[in-house]
Amino acid sequence: MKDALGAPQSLLILGGTSEIALHTARKMVDERVRRVVLAGRPSEALDRAAEGLRRQGANVEVVAFDAAEPETHEKTIDGVFADGDIDVVLLAFGVLGDQESDEQDPVAAAKVAQVNYVGGVSAGLATVKALRRQGHGSLAVISSVAAERARKANFIYGSSKAGLDAFAQGLADKVHGTGVHVMVVRPGFVKTKMTEGMPDGPMATTPDVVADGIVKGLRKGSTTVWVPGQLRYVFSVLRHVPRPIFRKLPI
Amino acid sequence: MSDGPSADFFPAARRTALHGWGRTAPTVADVVTPMTREQVVGALRRRSERGVIARGLGRSYGDPAQNGGGLVLDMTALNRVLDADLEQGIVTAEAGVSLDRLIELFVPFGFFVPVTPGTRQVTVGGAIGADVHGKNHHADGSFCDHVLSMDLLLADGTVRTVTPEDDPELFWATAGGMGLTGIVLSAVIRMTPIETSLVSVDTDRTKDLDEIMALMAETDEKYRYTVAWLDCLAKGRNLGRSVLTCGEFARLDDLPARKRAKPLRFKSGSLVTVPDVIPGRLPNKFTMGLFNEMWYRKAPQHKVGQLQSISAFFHPLDAIQEWNRAYGKTGFLQYQFVMPFEREEALRKAVEKISAAGAPSSLTVLKRFGPGNRGYLSFPKPGWTLTLDFPTNTPGLARLLHELDELVLSNDGRLYLAKDSRMDPADMGRMYPRLEEFRTLRAKVDPDGVFVSDQARRLGLA
Repeated sequence: MKDALGAPQSLLILGGTSEIALHTARKMVDERVRRVVLAGRPSEALDRAAEGLRRQGANVEVVAFDAAEPETHEKTIDGVFADGDIDVVLLAFGVLGDQESDEQDPVAAAKVAQVNYVGGVSAGLATVKALRRQGHGSLAVISSVAAERARKANFIYGSSKAGLDAFAQGLADKVHGTGVHVMVVRPGFVKTKMTEGMPDGPMATTPDVVADGIVKGLRKGSTTVWVPGQLRYVFSVLRHVPRPIFRKLPI
Repeated sequence: MSDGPSADFFPAARRTALHGWGRTAPTVADVVTPMTREQVVGALRRRSERGVIARGLGRSYGDPAQNGGGLVLDMTALNRVLDADLEQGIVTAEAGVSLDRLIELFVPFGFFVPVTPGTRQVTVGGAIGADVHGKNHHADGSFCDHVLSMDLLLADGTVRTVTPEDDPELFWATAGGMGLTGIVLSAVIRMTPIETSLVSVDTDRTKDLDEIMALMAETDEKYRYTVAWLDCLAKGRNLGRSVLTCGEFARLDDLPARKRAKPLRFKSGSLVTVPDVIPGRLPNKFTMGLFNEMWYRKAPQHKVGQLQSISAFFHPLDAIQEWNRAYGKTGFLQYQFVMPFEREEALRKAVEKISAAGAPSSLTVLKRFGPGNRGYLSFPKPGWTLTLDFPTNTPGLARLLHELDELVLSNDGRLYLAKDSRMDPADMGRMYPRLEEFRTLRAKVDPDGVFVSDQARRLGLA
């Protein structure tokens, strides 16, 4: 249960090796979170992440979860909720793909969409069903500023996040008043292993800053969180730039 | 129990967001308002696997009367007085009867409720569940010390009459057990005889904490009702300056001649309602600083034998309905701890911390507890109890309260479950050494965990 100051006690991370999610988890364990469930594909990295949080004092369970297999999502997520209430779920899985090569490999491109969007739809719905049953809780969906407008430089990833983002917005409205809170998180360019080797985008940020935004947004019950916050204004301009100009922009 | 005629009509469940008096951490539950005992039993049978909790007038500050995703039984429609012995002052009341109603009904007959918290708007069931205390704990103990018996609906659907003599374990697990052992349907209460409805009040203004504590230590024997209001924002020399009020119900002889004709006259009722449009920061460091200054200054230096009404002395806040709205949408929390006697230094440290943090508590109340009772999770034990209200948007509040928790724990103190909305579950067992016994007994009477609340989940009570 969340306490009167909005601090949650239990956390489920879908995409348990996500750097943004793990930074968020560490901040939450520093406050009141005691039970953490890391769901992800079994790997050494996942076990290491669990061990790190255990050392911080949390009770951590590791659950096998594959975003690319939507037919397994409901059962896995229900299993986690059956062991006790979950106050916050972070939907944090996602793949970036490689725009250049994916354009030449439609199957690889579809895989990006499959994980980011299709997986997000089934995992998001399964989560919200469970949250509604318990009458409280938050789902934070990690989208991207790339979802705001497709750019030629990464429209495969961007469109998959756009789908996820629109889905999460609709879901948030659907569950309003049921005790469930859905929040969309739109980070800009984040320096993580996913973006390693890439040149920093404008207003590049770190997983730690994004985690701060998530923790604060959850506490306030925000519907949308931009990180850094100024991106909200940058994108409200970019969204309305005429396409002949937009396609020429060096972004 | 067979389905009687009343089972034909069954009140519908409303899916509703519920929060406590502090207006924080709402959850959504199915709320049913049963009109009869049979309907309570019927509702219990229709529960989902998320369980059931009873709710009264919602005056607990946090989440003990919430049950996210489950069933919440609004008991306020079970509000009949079933029996009254006006010779002895023994009253049998359904769980949903409020202390307000008991006072209104029985003061004219010369009886007052044995124990009342700072509001009359609590039900008998709630008063038992939280084993509430009042300004007379040092003299009379807490509410359950005056409960002679209660009818308890158990998880298996049976109703048991529980008394401290025949069933001491279940009785004392239910006293202060936050509704987790069963649903109180009705209770037999021993009321306190009074000659008049007026309280003879002595007031003293003290310049600092030392003075108030010394003064209070002398009052235990002299007065039945004692409470001190403390200016928690005062600093330095003024740290802990207070207004002490001590009272006794006036005897007939104490009244001026014109009041002797109707010595038991009592008028309930409230004056105004706070509108639900307050921005988040009305009570803040500055407004509360001003308020505290004014409140302190307006109190007489020393006054004896002032006659006050029950409302003015016991329930000043009841004059303003929905006063919790003054804290705006972000809500507030109440922090109440008890610190054993001989730990005065720790109490002083707590007051210093609060004052240094400039945390704006509008209601800061200091009282002395006498011996506690046998309630497994009952809050009072001998010592000083300090109560504070904080808006949840007070900067640095989480850290301040964490530090206070540490201070309370390391001095054998504890927090009050009826007020709690944020304590660390790990601290629960350290504050309440009989928690394990409580869990064992509860596992016996409610093996499937039918009775459960948000608070029980948050603190792992069951």
